[in-house]
Amino acid sequence: MLENQGLKKRQLFSAQVDLSKFNDKDFDQATEDEKKQQDVMGESTTFFKDGMRRLRKNPLAMGSIVVLVLIIATIIIAPMIVPYKYSQIISVNGIRDKTAANLEPFEYSKLETKYMEETGEKLFPHIFGTDSLSRDYFIRVIYGTRVSLSVGVVASIMVLIIGLLYGSIAGYFGGAIDLVMMRIVDIIYSLPDMLIIILLSVVLNETLKSFIEGTVLQALGTNMISIFIVFGLLYWVSMARLIRGQILTIKNNEYVLAARCIGTKNGRILRKHILPNCLSVIIITTALQVPSAIFTESYLSFLGLGVSDPLTSLGSLANDARAGMQSYPLRLVIPAIAICLIVLALNLLGDGLRDAFDSKLK
Amino acid sequence: MAKYIGKRLILAIISIFIVSAITFFVMNIIPGGPFNKEKATSAEAQKVLEERYNLDKPLPEQYALYLKNLLHGDWGVSLHNGRDIWNEITSRFQVSAKLGGMAAAVAIVIGLVLGSIAALTRNRLPDRLIIFFTTLGTAMPSFVFATLLLLIFCLKLGWFPVWSSSNPNYVLPIIALSVYPMAYITRLTKTSMLDALNQDYVRTAKAKGVPGWKVIFKHALRNALVPVVTYVGPMVAYILTGSMVVENIFTIGGLGSTFVTSIVNRDYTMIMAVTLFLAILMVVANLLTDIAYKMIDPRITFE
Repeated sequence: MLENQGLKKRQLFSAQVDLSKFNDKDFDQATEDEKKQQDVMGESTTFFKDGMRRLRKNPLAMGSIVVLVLIIATIIIAPMIVPYKYSQIISVNGIRDKTAANLEPFEYSKLETKYMEETGEKLFPHIFGTDSLSRDYFIRVIYGTRVSLSVGVVASIMVLIIGLLYGSIAGYFGGAIDLVMMRIVDIIYSLPDMLIIILLSVVLNETLKSFIEGTVLQALGTNMISIFIVFGLLYWVSMARLIRGQILTIKNNEYVLAARCIGTKNGRILRKHILPNCLSVIIITTALQVPSAIFTESYLSFLGLGVSDPLTSLGSLANDARAGMQSYPLRLVIPAIAICLIVLALNLLGDGLRDAFDSKLK
Repeated sequence: MAKYIGKRLILAIISIFIVSAITFFVMNIIPGGPFNKEKATSAEAQKVLEERYNLDKPLPEQYALYLKNLLHGDWGVSLHNGRDIWNEITSRFQVSAKLGGMAAAVAIVIGLVLGSIAALTRNRLPDRLIIFFTTLGTAMPSFVFATLLLLIFCLKLGWFPVWSSSNPNYVLPIIALSVYPMAYITRLTKTSMLDALNQDYVRTAKAKGVPGWKVIFKHALRNALVPVVTYVGPMVAYILTGSMVVENIFTIGGLGSTFVTSIVNRDYTMIMAVTLFLAILMVVANLLTDIAYKMIDPRITFE
């Protein structure tokens, strides 16, 4: 027992610890087991794990991922199953089937029905029917989606790379370099992008033709290449601005100073210390760039400045369908729904990523 | 303030200058001159024409002349039909301005109302519905929406007549054009309204017994308007480019459809002129927006 008899009687409202309630055992050192019990540390987590855990709790974002995975799976698998090509005019037994134009979904042409009756062989159905040039519409929609999605992704990656390089150089070196680089960004930013895109598309179309003749790029068509060029020229500015802003705040941190003190090279400081810390902004902006690129591409296609025939994109499919929209509204509605679905899913996913990865919202 | 406005003004002039340079030099990259028609002109006539339009001079000099003419209000003539471009642009722009102005007004008014409703009924049914439809609205390209509207309400149901200059019906084009900015303004208003409603001055107003509607309109909404103002510039740009497809779909003879037809016809001088005209409009709209933004909110400091 502690010698606490000598202490004054405890006052009623005193905050003093009443030692009379304790015995010697209470003051023993804790054993290893007891120490372990007190350990309530959560499992250590990384930036990605943490973000993904938050993302998984967001039903809208998860739903969007499911939709996107389904779409991507369809556009990968469908061309393997469907025996038609996107540019192929339907022919039966090697003869061009003139009756196969403008078929309704799951309808067979006269020649096809005859062929099936004669041979007993079952031909693959035209799931969305055929277009006015007797091409299977389902496979065209699939290829249109492929083109639209890849334009979105490739354009976003281009924007990411250019914006990242430009923004990090401007932000990291600061001073006169930053000033000059950012004035250039300001000017590009104030140019009306859509107009320049249209203008350049028109012109590049005319001038690129002779350049790409006979090369691999010809398959892409001048329009597609001009879309990429234009994206590479104009759309990186907001990315560069964002990254520069991030870097400006991050580079003043002590760990950057420490790294510089021990003589780390600039490139390594950027790669190892600064860029990982702006990762959230980079991910979110890139994710939201994809739908906006798809939007722009479909808009250009709709104006007739998109990919060249027979290759197609969702925008040009919608544009082609306008001519016969009273008789064949489905042909307009299907690519329209596809665009909406993709853009909606990507937008929701981007929002979800922002909620999950943005450290300011935690 | 004066320094800021001066800086922005210089930037605006530089960007208009750059657009004009891009348009001019890009126009000259395109093979073929304006007088290379299918019908061959005699070499002499060609020479006279080139001299008349200064095409025999070197490019930089031509550009200087182009700028000089432009500053004197001479936009040249259309390659397609030989009409004076400035007359064409101004007459077409009247239609577009009417359409775009109404679309902008509709987008702002409805967007503000819906956004405020969504903020006030946060996480309840009206909010959920509004956010659902605005998300949908931002995911639908304007040309898809316009075509579907035309298909359903004009052709299938016959509720609205198809547009003609003698019987103009702006309802559907306005809806098609205003959906995206409206959805955007709704979301913007909701966020800034929620922010404003959580401010101390709103609590103070409530505490001293200001009636609810007055708190909303006088204290919250007025402050929530500031971020919305910043969107006006981009909205003008959106409506101008959006009107290209919407006018084309509804066959409205405005500036947007002129632009599209000039692309189709490869009417280069017209493309260049309309690009430049719209670019100036957009740059000016952005300039005014930025200045207005800084003026409205005194908390924003000038660099």
